[in-house]
Amino acid sequence: MSTLMRTIVLVFTCLNVLGCAWLIWWTALKQPDEVAEGAVKEHVWDGDLRERNNPMPRWWLILFYITIVFALVYFLLYPAVGSGVLGWSETREYNEEMQSAQRHYAPVYAAFAGRSIEDLAHDSRALALGHSLFATNCINCHGSDARGAPGFPDLTDNDWLYGGTPADIIQSIGHGREGTMPPIGAALGAQGVDEVIDYVLSLSGHAEPADKVAAGKARFVVCAGCHGADAKGNHAIGAPDLTADIWLYGGSPATLRKTLMEGRHGKMPAHQWLGDDRIRLLAAYVYSLSHPQ
Amino acid sequence: MSHDVVERKLGLLIVLIVLVISVGGFIEVVPLAMSAAAKQGAVQIAPRTALEQAGFDVYEREGCYLCHSQQIRPFRSETERYGPYSVAAESQYDHPFQWGSKRTGPDLARVGGRYSDDWHRLHLRNPRDVVPESNMPGFPWLEQDQLDAALLQRKLRVLRLLGTPYTDADIAAVPAAVQDKTELDALVAYLQSLGLARPRG
Repeated sequence: MSTLMRTIVLVFTCLNVLGCAWLIWWTALKQPDEVAEGAVKEHVWDGDLRERNNPMPRWWLILFYITIVFALVYFLLYPAVGSGVLGWSETREYNEEMQSAQRHYAPVYAAFAGRSIEDLAHDSRALALGHSLFATNCINCHGSDARGAPGFPDLTDNDWLYGGTPADIIQSIGHGREGTMPPIGAALGAQGVDEVIDYVLSLSGHAEPADKVAAGKARFVVCAGCHGADAKGNHAIGAPDLTADIWLYGGSPATLRKTLMEGRHGKMPAHQWLGDDRIRLLAAYVYSLSHPQ
Repeated sequence: MSHDVVERKLGLLIVLIVLVISVGGFIEVVPLAMSAAAKQGAVQIAPRTALEQAGFDVYEREGCYLCHSQQIRPFRSETERYGPYSVAAESQYDHPFQWGSKRTGPDLARVGGRYSDDWHRLHLRNPRDVVPESNMPGFPWLEQDQLDAALLQRKLRVLRLLGTPYTDADIAAVPAAVQDKTELDALVAYLQSLGLARPRG
Protein backbone atom coordinates (compact mmCIF):
# COMPACT_ATOMS: atom_id res chain seq x y z
CA MET A 1 0.00 0.00 0.00
CA SER A 2 1.35 3.45 -0.84
CA THR A 3 2.30 5.85 1.94
CA LEU A 4 -0.42 8.27 0.86
CA MET A 5 -3.08 5.56 1.04
CA ARG A 6 -1.77 4.37 4.40
CA THR A 7 -1.94 7.94 5.75
CA ILE A 8 -5.46 8.49 4.47
CA VAL A 9 -6.67 5.24 6.04
CA LEU A 10 -4.91 6.08 9.29
CA VAL A 11 -6.45 9.57 9.47
CA PHE A 12 -9.95 8.30 8.70
CA THR A 13 -9.67 5.48 11.22
CA CYS A 14 -8.46 7.83 13.96
CA LEU A 15 -11.23 10.32 13.17
CA ASN A 16 -13.71 7.47 13.32
CA VAL A 17 -12.55 6.33 16.77
CA LEU A 18 -12.48 9.90 18.10
CA GLY A 19 -15.89 10.53 16.53
CA CYS A 20 -17.32 7.52 18.35
CA ALA A 21 -15.88 8.77 21.64
CA TRP A 22 -17.35 12.21 21.03
CA LEU A 23 -20.76 10.69 20.13
CA ILE A 24 -20.88 8.73 23.41
CA TRP A 25 -19.90 11.79 25.44
CA TRP A 26 -22.29 14.09 23.59
CA THR A 27 -25.38 11.86 23.80
CA ALA A 28 -24.78 11.43 27.55
CA LEU A 29 -24.72 15.22 28.10
CA LYS A 30 -27.67 16.93 29.67
CA GLN A 31 -29.44 19.04 27.04
CA PRO A 32 -30.43 22.56 28.16
CA ASP A 33 -34.09 22.12 27.22
CA GLU A 34 -34.66 18.63 28.59
CA VAL A 35 -37.19 17.77 31.28
CA ALA A 36 -36.18 16.57 34.74
CA GLU A 37 -34.81 13.05 35.06
CA GLY A 38 -37.61 10.49 35.25
CA ALA A 39 -40.29 12.91 34.01
CA VAL A 40 -42.43 12.16 30.94
CA LYS A 41 -41.20 13.90 27.78
CA GLU A 42 -43.59 16.02 25.80
CA HIS A 43 -43.34 14.30 22.39
CA VAL A 44 -46.03 11.73 21.65
CA TRP A 45 -45.11 8.88 19.28
CA ASP A 46 -47.73 7.17 17.09
CA GLY A 47 -50.62 8.88 18.82
CA ASP A 48 -50.27 7.53 22.34
CA LEU A 49 -46.65 6.47 22.99
CA ARG A 50 -44.73 8.57 25.48
CA GLU A 51 -41.28 8.05 26.97
CA ARG A 52 -39.59 9.12 30.15
CA ASN A 53 -36.28 10.94 30.30
CA ASN A 54 -34.08 8.21 31.78
CA PRO A 55 -30.30 8.27 31.34
CA MET A 56 -28.51 5.24 29.99
CA PRO A 57 -27.28 2.99 32.87
CA ARG A 58 -23.76 3.93 33.90
CA TRP A 59 -22.32 0.41 33.38
CA TRP A 60 -23.60 0.50 29.81
CA LEU A 61 -22.02 3.86 29.15
CA ILE A 62 -18.73 2.58 30.56
CA LEU A 63 -18.86 -0.45 28.22
CA PHE A 64 -18.98 1.96 25.30
CA TYR A 65 -15.92 3.81 26.59
CA ILE A 66 -14.13 0.44 27.03
CA THR A 67 -14.64 -0.31 23.34
CA ILE A 68 -12.85 2.97 22.55
CA VAL A 69 -9.94 2.01 24.81
CA PHE A 70 -9.89 -1.48 23.22
CA ALA A 71 -9.67 0.08 19.75
CA LEU A 72 -6.73 2.28 20.75
CA VAL A 73 -4.83 -0.61 22.40
CA TYR A 74 -5.49 -2.83 19.37
CA PHE A 75 -4.22 0.04 17.23
CA LEU A 76 -0.91 0.03 19.08
CA LEU A 77 -0.41 -3.75 19.28
CA TYR A 78 -1.31 -4.77 15.72
CA PRO A 79 -0.21 -3.33 12.35
CA ALA A 80 -1.80 0.10 11.98
CA VAL A 81 0.81 2.78 12.62
CA GLY A 82 3.89 0.91 11.38
CA SER A 83 3.94 -2.78 12.16
CA GLY A 84 2.57 -2.64 15.70
CA VAL A 85 4.19 -3.36 19.06
CA LEU A 86 3.69 -7.14 18.75
CA GLY A 87 5.24 -7.27 15.27
CA TRP A 88 2.40 -9.58 14.25
CA SER A 89 1.92 -10.58 10.63
CA GLU A 90 -0.11 -13.33 9.02
CA THR A 91 2.97 -14.69 7.25
CA ARG A 92 4.96 -14.75 10.48
CA GLU A 93 2.18 -16.55 12.34
CA TYR A 94 1.99 -19.16 9.56
CA ASN A 95 5.77 -19.65 9.54
CA GLU A 96 5.81 -20.13 13.31
CA GLU A 97 3.04 -22.71 13.04
CA MET A 98 5.01 -24.60 10.39
CA GLN A 99 8.24 -24.48 12.40
CA SER A 100 6.47 -25.72 15.49
CA ALA A 101 5.05 -28.65 13.51
CA GLN A 102 8.49 -29.33 12.11
CA ARG A 103 9.95 -29.51 15.64
CA HIS A 104 7.16 -31.84 16.67
CA TYR A 105 7.28 -34.21 13.70
CA ALA A 106 10.99 -34.31 12.89
CA PRO A 107 11.73 -36.80 15.71
CA VAL A 108 8.75 -38.93 14.64
CA TYR A 109 10.12 -39.29 11.12
CA ALA A 110 13.71 -39.55 12.35
CA ALA A 111 12.76 -42.75 14.17
CA PHE A 112 12.02 -44.38 10.80
CA ALA A 113 14.98 -43.01 8.88
CA GLY A 114 17.59 -45.49 7.74
CA ARG A 115 15.29 -48.49 8.10
CA SER A 116 14.39 -50.54 5.04
CA ILE A 117 10.90 -50.38 3.51
CA GLU A 118 10.45 -54.13 4.13
CA ASP A 119 11.26 -53.54 7.80
CA LEU A 120 8.88 -50.55 8.06
CA ALA A 121 6.14 -52.64 6.43
CA HIS A 122 6.12 -54.71 9.66
CA ASP A 123 6.16 -51.72 12.02
CA SER A 124 2.64 -50.91 13.22
CA ARG A 125 3.49 -47.25 13.98
CA ALA A 126 4.96 -46.71 10.53
CA LEU A 127 1.93 -48.40 8.97
CA ALA A 128 -0.47 -46.24 10.98
CA LEU A 129 1.23 -43.09 9.69
CA GLY A 130 1.42 -44.54 6.17
CA HIS A 131 -2.27 -45.36 6.26
CA SER A 132 -3.13 -41.83 7.28
CA LEU A 133 -0.95 -40.39 4.49
CA PHE A 134 -2.60 -42.79 2.05
CA ALA A 135 -6.07 -41.65 3.15
CA THR A 136 -5.11 -38.02 2.59
CA ASN A 137 -3.32 -38.33 -0.72
CA CYS A 138 -4.09 -41.57 -2.54
CA ILE A 139 -7.63 -42.80 -2.00
CA ASN A 140 -9.33 -40.62 -4.60
CA CYS A 141 -7.80 -42.78 -7.34
CA HIS A 142 -6.77 -46.01 -5.62
CA GLY A 143 -9.79 -46.19 -3.29
CA SER A 144 -9.94 -46.22 0.51
CA ASP A 145 -9.40 -50.00 0.37
CA ALA A 146 -6.49 -49.53 -2.10
CA ARG A 147 -8.23 -51.87 -4.54
CA GLY A 148 -8.31 -49.25 -7.28
CA ALA A 149 -10.96 -48.60 -9.90
CA PRO A 150 -11.06 -49.15 -13.67
CA GLY A 151 -7.99 -47.30 -14.93
CA PHE A 152 -6.45 -47.01 -11.44
CA PRO A 153 -4.40 -49.96 -10.22
CA ASP A 154 -5.31 -52.26 -7.35
CA LEU A 155 -2.38 -51.98 -4.91
CA THR A 156 -3.23 -55.09 -2.91
CA ASP A 157 -2.79 -57.82 -5.52
CA ASN A 158 1.02 -57.90 -5.92
CA ASP A 159 0.62 -57.51 -9.69
CA TRP A 160 2.65 -54.47 -10.67
CA LEU A 161 2.68 -52.32 -13.80
CA TYR A 162 5.97 -50.62 -12.95
CA GLY A 163 7.45 -53.11 -10.52
CA GLY A 164 6.74 -53.82 -6.87
CA THR A 165 10.13 -53.55 -5.22
CA PRO A 166 10.45 -50.82 -2.56
CA ALA A 167 12.59 -48.78 -4.94
CA ASP A 168 9.98 -49.09 -7.71
CA ILE A 169 7.19 -48.01 -5.38
CA ILE A 170 9.18 -45.01 -4.13
CA GLN A 171 9.88 -44.02 -7.72
CA SER A 172 6.20 -44.33 -8.66
CA ILE A 173 5.05 -42.17 -5.74
CA GLY A 174 7.72 -39.52 -6.00
CA HIS A 175 8.07 -39.09 -9.73
CA GLY A 176 4.80 -40.42 -11.04
CA ARG A 177 4.27 -42.74 -13.98
CA GLU A 178 2.80 -42.27 -17.39
CA GLY A 179 1.88 -45.15 -19.67
CA THR A 180 0.39 -45.12 -23.14
CA MET A 181 -1.26 -47.90 -25.08
CA PRO A 182 -1.56 -46.72 -28.68
CA PRO A 183 -4.79 -47.33 -30.59
CA ILE A 184 -3.94 -50.22 -32.90
CA GLY A 185 -7.42 -51.29 -33.94
CA ALA A 186 -7.13 -49.66 -37.38
CA ALA A 187 -3.84 -51.43 -38.07
CA LEU A 188 -5.23 -54.82 -37.03
CA GLY A 189 -8.52 -54.53 -38.91
CA ALA A 190 -11.90 -55.64 -37.57
CA GLN A 191 -11.14 -59.34 -37.84
CA GLY A 192 -7.67 -58.88 -36.41
CA VAL A 193 -9.09 -57.12 -33.36
CA ASP A 194 -11.48 -60.02 -32.72
CA GLU A 195 -8.67 -62.54 -33.01
CA VAL A 196 -6.29 -60.64 -30.76
CA ILE A 197 -9.02 -60.30 -28.13
CA ASP A 198 -9.61 -64.06 -28.20
CA TYR A 199 -5.88 -64.78 -27.99
CA VAL A 200 -5.34 -62.33 -25.10
CA LEU A 201 -8.27 -63.79 -23.17
CA SER A 202 -6.95 -67.33 -23.77
CA LEU A 203 -3.65 -66.32 -22.11
CA SER A 204 -5.36 -66.03 -18.75
CA GLY A 205 -7.22 -69.32 -19.07
CA HIS A 206 -10.44 -68.21 -20.76
CA ALA A 207 -11.84 -70.77 -23.20
CA GLU A 208 -11.82 -69.24 -26.70
CA PRO A 209 -12.16 -70.81 -30.19
CA ALA A 210 -8.83 -72.46 -31.03
CA ASP A 211 -8.64 -71.21 -34.63
CA LYS A 212 -9.16 -67.58 -33.62
CA VAL A 213 -6.66 -67.96 -30.77
CA ALA A 214 -4.08 -69.28 -33.23
CA ALA A 215 -4.77 -66.44 -35.65
CA GLY A 216 -4.60 -63.92 -32.81
CA LYS A 217 -1.29 -65.33 -31.65
CA ALA A 218 0.14 -64.68 -35.10
CA ARG A 219 -1.09 -61.12 -34.97
CA PHE A 220 0.25 -60.58 -31.43
CA VAL A 221 3.66 -59.74 -32.93
CA VAL A 222 2.40 -56.15 -33.10
CA CYS A 223 1.73 -56.20 -29.37
CA ALA A 224 4.88 -58.07 -28.36
CA GLY A 225 7.02 -54.95 -28.68
CA CYS A 226 5.56 -53.64 -25.43
CA HIS A 227 3.86 -56.63 -23.79
CA GLY A 228 6.65 -59.09 -24.68
CA ALA A 229 6.47 -62.21 -26.82
CA ASP A 230 5.32 -64.13 -23.72
CA ALA A 231 2.73 -61.33 -23.00
CA LYS A 232 4.08 -60.97 -19.49
CA GLY A 233 4.41 -57.22 -19.85
CA ASN A 234 7.27 -54.81 -19.24
CA HIS A 235 7.78 -52.91 -15.99
CA ALA A 236 10.05 -50.36 -17.66
CA ILE A 237 7.15 -48.88 -19.66
CA GLY A 238 4.23 -50.03 -17.57
CA ALA A 239 2.97 -52.55 -20.14
CA PRO A 240 0.60 -54.88 -18.25
CA ASP A 241 1.08 -58.62 -17.87
CA LEU A 242 -1.74 -60.05 -20.03
CA THR A 243 -1.52 -63.56 -18.58
CA ALA A 244 -2.42 -62.70 -14.96
CA ASP A 245 -6.17 -62.17 -15.48
CA ILE A 246 -5.83 -58.81 -13.73
CA TRP A 247 -7.21 -55.99 -15.84
CA LEU A 248 -6.50 -52.33 -15.35
CA TYR A 249 -9.44 -51.17 -17.48
CA GLY A 250 -11.54 -54.35 -17.32
CA GLY A 251 -11.22 -57.73 -19.01
CA SER A 252 -14.51 -58.08 -20.87
CA PRO A 253 -14.28 -58.49 -24.68
CA ALA A 254 -16.05 -55.12 -25.05
CA THR A 255 -13.51 -53.33 -22.81
CA LEU A 256 -10.59 -54.99 -24.56
CA ARG A 257 -12.04 -53.86 -27.89
CA LYS A 258 -12.24 -50.30 -26.62
CA THR A 259 -8.63 -50.54 -25.42
CA LEU A 260 -7.46 -51.76 -28.85
CA MET A 261 -9.54 -49.30 -30.84
CA GLU A 262 -9.01 -46.13 -28.80
CA GLY A 263 -5.82 -46.84 -26.87
CA ARG A 264 -5.31 -45.98 -23.21
CA HIS A 265 -3.39 -43.35 -21.40
CA GLY A 266 -2.64 -43.90 -17.74
CA LYS A 267 -1.04 -41.30 -15.55
CA MET A 268 0.05 -41.33 -11.95
CA PRO A 269 0.92 -37.77 -10.85
CA ALA A 270 4.26 -37.11 -9.12
CA HIS A 271 4.18 -36.58 -5.35
CA GLN A 272 7.75 -35.50 -4.64
CA TRP A 273 6.39 -32.55 -2.65
CA LEU A 274 5.43 -34.99 0.11
CA GLY A 275 9.12 -35.21 0.96
CA ASP A 276 11.27 -38.32 1.29
CA ASP A 277 10.20 -39.13 4.87
CA ARG A 278 6.56 -39.35 4.03
CA ILE A 279 7.09 -41.06 0.68
CA ARG A 280 9.01 -43.81 2.48
CA LEU A 281 6.17 -44.32 4.97
CA LEU A 282 3.66 -44.40 2.13
CA ALA A 283 5.81 -46.90 0.24
CA ALA A 284 5.97 -49.09 3.35
CA TYR A 285 2.19 -48.98 3.68
CA VAL A 286 1.65 -49.81 0.00
CA TYR A 287 4.25 -52.58 0.18
CA SER A 288 2.53 -54.08 3.24
CA LEU A 289 -0.78 -54.33 1.35
CA SER A 290 0.52 -57.05 -0.93
CA HIS A 291 2.95 -58.55 1.61
CA PRO A 292 0.83 -59.39 4.65
CA GLN A 293 2.74 -60.57 7.69
CA MET B 1 -28.84 19.29 16.67
CA SER B 2 -30.89 17.09 18.88
CA HIS B 3 -31.13 13.34 18.40
CA ASP B 4 -34.88 13.80 18.11
CA VAL B 5 -34.36 15.62 14.81
CA VAL B 6 -32.50 12.66 13.28
CA GLU B 7 -35.11 10.24 14.52
CA ARG B 8 -37.98 12.26 13.13
CA LYS B 9 -36.58 13.22 9.72
CA LEU B 10 -36.22 9.93 7.81
CA GLY B 11 -34.47 11.52 4.82
CA LEU B 12 -31.75 12.94 7.06
CA LEU B 13 -31.40 9.59 8.86
CA ILE B 14 -30.88 7.81 5.51
CA VAL B 15 -28.28 10.34 4.38
CA LEU B 16 -26.35 10.03 7.64
CA ILE B 17 -26.44 6.20 7.55
CA VAL B 18 -25.18 6.15 3.96
CA LEU B 19 -22.42 8.58 4.95
CA VAL B 20 -21.26 6.39 7.86
CA ILE B 21 -21.27 3.19 5.78
CA SER B 22 -19.47 4.91 2.90
CA VAL B 23 -16.58 5.96 5.13
CA GLY B 24 -16.25 2.42 6.50
CA GLY B 25 -16.46 0.91 3.03
CA PHE B 26 -13.96 3.37 1.66
CA ILE B 27 -11.43 2.55 4.34
CA GLU B 28 -11.80 -1.20 3.91
CA VAL B 29 -12.14 -1.56 0.16
CA VAL B 30 -10.47 1.26 -1.72
CA PRO B 31 -6.87 1.00 -0.48
CA LEU B 32 -6.65 -2.74 -1.20
CA ALA B 33 -8.38 -2.39 -4.56
CA MET B 34 -5.85 0.26 -5.57
CA SER B 35 -2.86 -1.58 -4.18
CA ALA B 36 -0.57 -2.77 -6.93
CA ALA B 37 1.20 -5.11 -4.49
CA ALA B 38 -1.98 -7.04 -3.76
CA LYS B 39 -2.73 -7.43 -7.45
CA GLN B 40 0.68 -8.51 -8.64
CA GLY B 41 2.33 -9.91 -5.55
CA ALA B 42 5.28 -12.22 -5.91
CA VAL B 43 3.74 -14.49 -8.54
CA GLN B 44 3.32 -13.97 -12.26
CA ILE B 45 -0.05 -15.06 -13.54
CA ALA B 46 -0.70 -15.55 -17.24
CA PRO B 47 -4.25 -15.05 -18.49
CA ARG B 48 -6.15 -18.27 -19.03
CA THR B 49 -6.19 -19.84 -22.50
CA ALA B 50 -9.49 -19.68 -24.38
CA LEU B 51 -10.21 -23.34 -23.55
CA GLU B 52 -9.46 -22.82 -19.86
CA GLN B 53 -11.66 -19.71 -19.81
CA ALA B 54 -14.49 -21.74 -21.35
CA GLY B 55 -13.95 -24.23 -18.53
CA PHE B 56 -14.10 -21.42 -15.98
CA ASP B 57 -17.50 -20.45 -17.37
CA VAL B 58 -18.74 -24.05 -17.14
CA TYR B 59 -17.49 -24.17 -13.53
CA GLU B 60 -19.44 -20.99 -12.83
CA ARG B 61 -22.58 -22.14 -14.64
CA GLU B 62 -22.74 -25.52 -12.90
CA GLY B 63 -22.31 -23.88 -9.51
CA CYS B 64 -19.15 -25.75 -8.54
CA TYR B 65 -18.36 -22.86 -6.18
CA LEU B 66 -21.33 -23.83 -4.03
CA CYS B 67 -19.38 -26.81 -2.72
CA HIS B 68 -15.76 -26.07 -3.65
CA SER B 69 -13.72 -23.10 -2.47
CA GLN B 70 -10.61 -21.84 -4.23
CA GLN B 71 -8.83 -20.23 -1.36
CA ILE B 72 -6.21 -22.00 0.72
CA ARG B 73 -5.86 -20.12 3.99
CA PRO B 74 -2.48 -19.66 5.66
CA PHE B 75 -2.88 -22.43 8.21
CA ARG B 76 -0.81 -25.60 8.36
CA SER B 77 -3.96 -27.75 8.39
CA GLU B 78 -4.80 -26.34 4.94
CA THR B 79 -1.38 -26.10 3.33
CA GLU B 80 -0.46 -29.68 4.29
CA ARG B 81 -3.49 -30.93 2.44
CA TYR B 82 -3.87 -28.53 -0.46
CA GLY B 83 -0.48 -26.90 -1.03
CA PRO B 84 0.86 -23.34 -0.57
CA TYR B 85 -1.68 -20.79 0.66
CA SER B 86 -3.47 -18.64 -1.93
CA VAL B 87 -2.36 -15.08 -2.66
CA ALA B 88 -4.54 -12.31 -4.07
CA ALA B 89 -2.70 -12.12 -7.40
CA GLU B 90 -3.83 -15.63 -8.26
CA SER B 91 -7.46 -14.49 -8.57
CA GLN B 92 -6.77 -11.38 -10.63
CA TYR B 93 -8.29 -12.78 -13.85
CA ASP B 94 -11.25 -14.45 -12.14
CA HIS B 95 -14.47 -12.62 -12.99
CA PRO B 96 -16.10 -13.33 -10.64
CA PHE B 97 -13.54 -14.63 -8.11
CA GLN B 98 -14.06 -18.19 -6.86
CA TRP B 99 -12.85 -17.96 -3.27
CA GLY B 100 -16.09 -19.49 -2.03
CA SER B 101 -17.42 -19.55 1.48
CA LYS B 102 -18.20 -23.20 2.08
CA ARG B 103 -16.50 -26.53 1.50
CA THR B 104 -18.77 -29.50 1.01
CA GLY B 105 -16.07 -30.84 -1.29
CA PRO B 106 -12.35 -30.08 -1.05
CA ASP B 107 -10.69 -26.80 -1.95
CA LEU B 108 -9.67 -26.72 -5.63
CA ALA B 109 -7.23 -23.81 -5.65
CA ARG B 110 -4.29 -26.17 -6.40
CA VAL B 111 -6.02 -29.14 -7.98
CA GLY B 112 -4.05 -28.66 -11.24
CA GLY B 113 -1.81 -31.69 -11.90
CA ARG B 114 -3.09 -33.47 -8.82
CA TYR B 115 -5.06 -36.02 -10.86
CA SER B 116 -4.80 -37.25 -14.43
CA ASP B 117 -7.09 -35.93 -17.17
CA ASP B 118 -8.70 -39.37 -17.36
CA TRP B 119 -9.48 -39.26 -13.66
CA HIS B 120 -11.24 -35.91 -14.07
CA ARG B 121 -13.27 -37.22 -17.02
CA LEU B 122 -14.44 -40.31 -15.15
CA HIS B 123 -14.99 -38.33 -12.00
CA LEU B 124 -17.04 -35.58 -13.64
CA ARG B 125 -19.19 -38.11 -15.49
CA ASN B 126 -19.95 -40.07 -12.32
CA PRO B 127 -17.83 -39.36 -9.23
CA ARG B 128 -18.68 -42.72 -7.65
CA ASP B 129 -16.89 -44.57 -10.45
CA VAL B 130 -13.60 -43.50 -8.88
CA VAL B 131 -14.55 -42.36 -5.37
CA PRO B 132 -17.29 -44.68 -4.06
CA GLU B 133 -17.84 -42.53 -0.93
CA SER B 134 -18.39 -39.32 -2.93
CA ASN B 135 -21.64 -37.38 -2.68
CA MET B 136 -20.79 -35.06 -5.59
CA PRO B 137 -23.35 -35.05 -8.40
CA GLY B 138 -22.35 -36.30 -11.87
CA PHE B 139 -22.19 -33.97 -14.86
CA PRO B 140 -22.66 -36.41 -17.77
CA TRP B 141 -23.97 -33.78 -20.20
CA LEU B 142 -20.68 -31.89 -20.34
CA GLU B 143 -19.13 -34.36 -22.76
CA GLN B 144 -22.05 -33.91 -25.15
CA ASP B 145 -22.05 -30.11 -25.30
CA GLN B 146 -19.77 -28.52 -27.88
CA LEU B 147 -18.17 -25.15 -27.19
CA ASP B 148 -19.45 -22.08 -29.00
CA ALA B 149 -16.37 -20.33 -30.41
CA ALA B 150 -18.18 -17.10 -31.38
CA LEU B 151 -19.63 -16.73 -27.89
CA LEU B 152 -16.25 -17.42 -26.35
CA GLN B 153 -14.67 -14.70 -28.50
CA ARG B 154 -17.24 -12.21 -27.22
CA LYS B 155 -16.49 -13.28 -23.66
CA LEU B 156 -12.78 -12.73 -24.19
CA ARG B 157 -13.48 -9.22 -25.51
CA VAL B 158 -15.51 -8.42 -22.40
CA LEU B 159 -12.75 -9.82 -20.18
CA ARG B 160 -10.30 -7.57 -22.01
CA LEU B 161 -12.46 -4.60 -21.06
CA LEU B 162 -12.22 -5.80 -17.46
CA GLY B 163 -8.43 -5.83 -17.62
CA THR B 164 -7.38 -9.31 -18.76
CA PRO B 165 -4.61 -8.71 -21.33
CA TYR B 166 -5.98 -10.74 -24.25
CA THR B 167 -4.54 -9.66 -27.60
CA ASP B 168 -6.42 -9.54 -30.91
CA ALA B 169 -4.38 -12.57 -31.93
CA ASP B 170 -5.58 -14.47 -28.84
CA ILE B 171 -9.18 -13.73 -29.74
CA ALA B 172 -8.67 -14.58 -33.41
CA ALA B 173 -7.18 -17.95 -32.43
CA VAL B 174 -10.22 -19.02 -30.40
CA PRO B 175 -12.09 -21.00 -33.11
CA ALA B 176 -9.02 -23.11 -33.86
CA ALA B 177 -8.29 -23.64 -30.15
CA VAL B 178 -11.75 -24.90 -29.24
CA GLN B 179 -12.67 -26.71 -32.44
CA ASP B 180 -14.34 -30.06 -31.64
CA LYS B 181 -13.84 -29.45 -27.94
CA THR B 182 -16.61 -30.25 -25.49
CA GLU B 183 -17.48 -28.51 -22.25
CA LEU B 184 -15.91 -31.47 -20.47
CA ASP B 185 -12.59 -30.85 -22.28
CA ALA B 186 -12.79 -27.20 -21.26
CA LEU B 187 -13.58 -27.92 -17.61
CA VAL B 188 -10.76 -30.46 -17.35
CA ALA B 189 -8.34 -27.97 -18.94
CA TYR B 190 -9.47 -25.32 -16.47
CA LEU B 191 -9.10 -27.62 -13.44
CA GLN B 192 -5.65 -28.74 -14.59
CA SER B 193 -4.57 -25.08 -14.81
CA LEU B 194 -5.53 -24.24 -11.23
CA GLY B 195 -2.85 -23.24 -8.79
CA LEU B 196 0.23 -23.87 -10.90
CA ALA B 197 1.64 -20.40 -10.14
CA ARG B 198 2.63 -21.52 -6.64
CA PRO B 199 3.38 -25.24 -6.94
CA ARG B 200 3.95 -27.57 -4.02
CA GLY B 201 7.40 -28.55 -2.85
